[in-house]
Formats: sequence, structure tokens, C-alpha cells
Amino acid sequence: MDVSGAAEAVAVPTKKPYSFTPGKLAMWLFLASDAMGFMGFLGVYMVLRVAAPLRVENLTGEQIAGGFRKIGDPAFGIPLTALMTFVLICSSVTMVKSLAAVQRGDVKRMKMWLGATILGGLFFLSCQVYEWSHLIHLGLSPATNYGATFFFLTGFHGLHVTCGVIYLSCIFRRAMQNAYTQENHSPLELVGLFWHFVDLVWIVLFTVIYLMPEPVLRASQ
Amino acid sequence: MSNEDHSALYMKIFGWLTVWTVAEIIIAMPQVGVPRGIMIAGLAVMATIKASMVGLFYMHLKYEGKLIWAVILSPLFLAAVICIGFWPDAVGYYARP
Repeated sequence: MDVSGAAEAVAVPTKKPYSFTPGKLAMWLFLASDAMGFMGFLGVYMVLRVAAPLRVENLTGEQIAGGFRKIGDPAFGIPLTALMTFVLICSSVTMVKSLAAVQRGDVKRMKMWLGATILGGLFFLSCQVYEWSHLIHLGLSPATNYGATFFFLTGFHGLHVTCGVIYLSCIFRRAMQNAYTQENHSPLELVGLFWHFVDLVWIVLFTVIYLMPEPVLRASQ
Repeated sequence: MSNEDHSALYMKIFGWLTVWTVAEIIIAMPQVGVPRGIMIAGLAVMATIKASMVGLFYMHLKYEGKLIWAVILSPLFLAAVICIGFWPDAVGYYARP
């Protein structure tokens, strides 16, 4: 009886590796509320962006020459932001591989993939700092409605990435103390949920902010 | 499904995410000349597919129960309400002379 019971206990995680925990429910509730916040900001951004061409007329020739009519145009900033998107997707893969490694009992690879995830997050943040400094240097100001929503939306996401890197670093520190095993790795799964959410939100932001064309300018062409 | 199968699946999803991202960038390039309406619709569909892939496979929603799904679907409903709420503003800007 004891032997069959033990076998059943081992078999359960294989059939259903992502079991329900109160921590997971709490994380999902947090992510759901966070998603509503992002949707609200995204809605404001889109409405103001539709109106943005009306405000472009107020920009100086130098600012327009600097590319401000082209924000949202593929010609503006796509290579850098595409690289940022790719790195964030890669960091999602390393995160999920870290979880898969600990579920196999491979703690060494779990640490390695977790460290790679943190590096991916730091690279993303570095690129965002560079992008912001570039745009501010060109004259894009958060004092305008369009600039404010652009900086707020990307900044709000950047704040999430920053929090994610700090969260990951705390988990990494615990991992280095061998706190997580094949049987006990719930915190790793939770930080993974948060990190994938950050990736998911960026996928939407990248498309809406950088790839979708400006509505009125293109429509009038 | 074993963990080894999952690892292979994760890499497959990574490949698809990369392919969709490249496809998004290509159709958004002015040189390609995709009509504006088709471009916006295409980009929205591809972003939705990519986000769904991350949610279903990386966040393991595919393997979750009804309670987690209820938690996810509630804000999606409210997000739809927000979009409908913003719609008159967006239309109002288009209607301006």
C-alpha cells in the first residue's frame, strides 16, 4: 500500500505539473488587475494617437525632421525595438526552461537559465534607456498628450520589467542557496508567470506603438 | 505529457513567436505596400496569436482549471468594455473637419 501510494505521489506531477496553489491564484488575480490597468492606458494612448497628427502641426520643422511624424512608423526605431522584442521573447524561453529544469530535478540548469533570464531583462532595460534618451534628445516631450502617453505606457512597462528583474534576482539568490528542488519550486513558477506577463504585454505594445501606422496621416495620403 | 516533451514544445513556440514577429515587421514596412486596413487587421491578429501562445504555453494556461480561466476572462471582458467606452472619442477625432 505504501509503495503504490508513493508511486502515485510521484506520478501526479508528471500528469499535471502545474498544480493549483493559493499563491498561483493570487498571482493570477494580480496579473488580471494589472492587465486592466494596461488596457486602460493603451486605450488612452490609442485615442490620443488618433488625434496626434493634429498636434504634429505644432511641432517645429527640426522636430518633424527628427522623425516625430514617424513615431509609430516602421521607419522609426524598429530595428532597436525589434531586437528588444526578440530578447524579451528569448528571456521568456529561458524562464520556462528554468522551470522545466527544476521540474526534472536539474537544479544546475535551473540556475543557469534563471541567470540568463535576468540578463535578458537587464539588456531590455538598457535598450529602453537608450531609446528614451534618444527620443528626449530629439525633442519628444512628456508635456504633450501624445508624448505623455507614449512615455507613460512604455515607462509603465519598463517599471514592470525593472520589478521583474528585481523579483528574479531575489529568486535567483534563493536558488543559489539551493532553496528550490524538484518537489518545492512554487516561487519559481510564480516569478515565471509575472515575467511571461511582462513579455505578453510587450508583444501588444510593440505592435500598437511601433508597428501600426499613424491613422490620419496615412489616410490622407 | 512529459517534461521532455514540454522542452521541445517551448522551443517550437519560440520559433513561432520569432516567425510571427518577423512577419509583423515585414507587413508593417511601407516598401511592402500592404493596404493600411489589411495591415492593421493583420498586425492585430498576429499580436493576438503571439500573446495567446505566450499565455497558453509559457504561462501554462492550457493546463489550468476553470477557476484560473475565470480570473483571466473577467478582465478581458472589462477590457472590451473599456475599448467600447473609448470608441466614441476615437470616432470623434476622425469626424473633425
